[in-house]
Amino acid sequence: MKVIAPSLFTQKRAAGDAQVRQFHALILPHLDGAYNLARFLTRDATLSEDAVQDAMLRAFRAFGQFRGGSARAWLFAIVRNCCRTAQASAAGRLALVIHESSLGERGSVELSEHADPGPTPEDDVMRQADIGMIRAAIEAIPEPFREAIVLRELEDLSYAELAEVTGVPIGTVMSRLARGRAMLAKQLLPQAKAADEQSRSVK
Amino acid sequence: MAACVDQELLLGGLVDSELDAANVAMVEAHVARCEACREELERLQAVRNLLRSDGVRHSTPETLNRRIAAVPELAAPRASNDNRLVRWLGPGIVGALAASLAMVAFLPPGANSIVDQEIVSSHVRSLQPGHLTDVQTTNQHIVKPWFNGKIDFSPPVPELADAGFPLAGGRLDSLDGKTVAAIVYHRRLHTVNLYVWPAKDGVERSFVKDGFAVSEWSRNGLRYAAVSDIPAAEVRQFETLFVKRSG
Repeated sequence: MKVIAPSLFTQKRAAGDAQVRQFHALILPHLDGAYNLARFLTRDATLSEDAVQDAMLRAFRAFGQFRGGSARAWLFAIVRNCCRTAQASAAGRLALVIHESSLGERGSVELSEHADPGPTPEDDVMRQADIGMIRAAIEAIPEPFREAIVLRELEDLSYAELAEVTGVPIGTVMSRLARGRAMLAKQLLPQAKAADEQSRSVK
Repeated sequence: MAACVDQELLLGGLVDSELDAANVAMVEAHVARCEACREELERLQAVRNLLRSDGVRHSTPETLNRRIAAVPELAAPRASNDNRLVRWLGPGIVGALAASLAMVAFLPPGANSIVDQEIVSSHVRSLQPGHLTDVQTTNQHIVKPWFNGKIDFSPPVPELADAGFPLAGGRLDSLDGKTVAAIVYHRRLHTVNLYVWPAKDGVERSFVKDGFAVSEWSRNGLRYAAVSDIPAAEVRQFETLFVKRSG
């Protein structure tokens, strides 16, 4: 037993690490979803990276408590909590920065705008503008509705999973989705609204 | 024009395919009569299409991928990470671990457990973008012939949409080194993978592994394994239906 061939070691270690493998099979595939959720909840690229890394680590440590069911819903509930924590501590930092440097209005306006910078090929500009508009519309609606919309429309969670992540009954999930969609329709479908008003004034 | 107040949540449920058959029938009947609700339904659909446009969803930035990979606990358990793991565990633990694992090596692994794990892993893999189906269709008469010439057996592909399991398509996969047919059904927003391969008749069994429900059965020289993240009872319901419909 003095000399262990590396290949043998690799093989056997992998066999013994069932829980790590399970975590990799069940949780890590949802990294994209976790980031997308965090990004729309915090509306901040840096904060969401911190929150997701924190969430993944917490999920790993708590993985023994995962009792089956939707792994995604389980992870997203953790992501959601980590976003709250990250936002709360960032809010503390932000208040301090603004206070000390007297950034005032201009600073807070800049801080609340999160347009994605970076060059885009010219033929993509229109598409990027549309996507930017849609993202901005989602970011503009209040959190409970935004969260429901992101989980349902972008992450494709079922009502039951949504209820699990957000900790509210399915009825509440449904009404939040309805309100969120109504707000987005108003933002994103102006032509429909205008046409509607026009037809009403004609009648 | 506003939609009828009492229909608002139901319209959402319809768009989300979350209503039971009775409610679907009710809302559809109402929408057929009510212009305002029909328009509302179109608006909901239009909003959904916009939200689901490519590129709206944020994808993980490379920086975060690297950060995750740099956390020892989260790094992929692969050979390439040996050095990091060895450093992390420390030589003493490595020795102890190797010694204890060396004993495991002499225990014959249960044939079942390997296939069980593979079924679940394959299911998880299939859910990665672009991996689910090679032939994507809701038509059983397309899926079944598609398998011809690719495998030397012909799995039944019954229509189960009316029972809440619409057909999504099929693909070839491999389990335990054998090529198997994978028939894909949907259950609400979830995916049911049904693996089919020729095998001696075995016992019917159901189990839950890593949170995935699996049901296995044999019929006419083929072995079937259905796996999904829906409740185990629904996977068994799928099995019953499938057996009944495939005659």
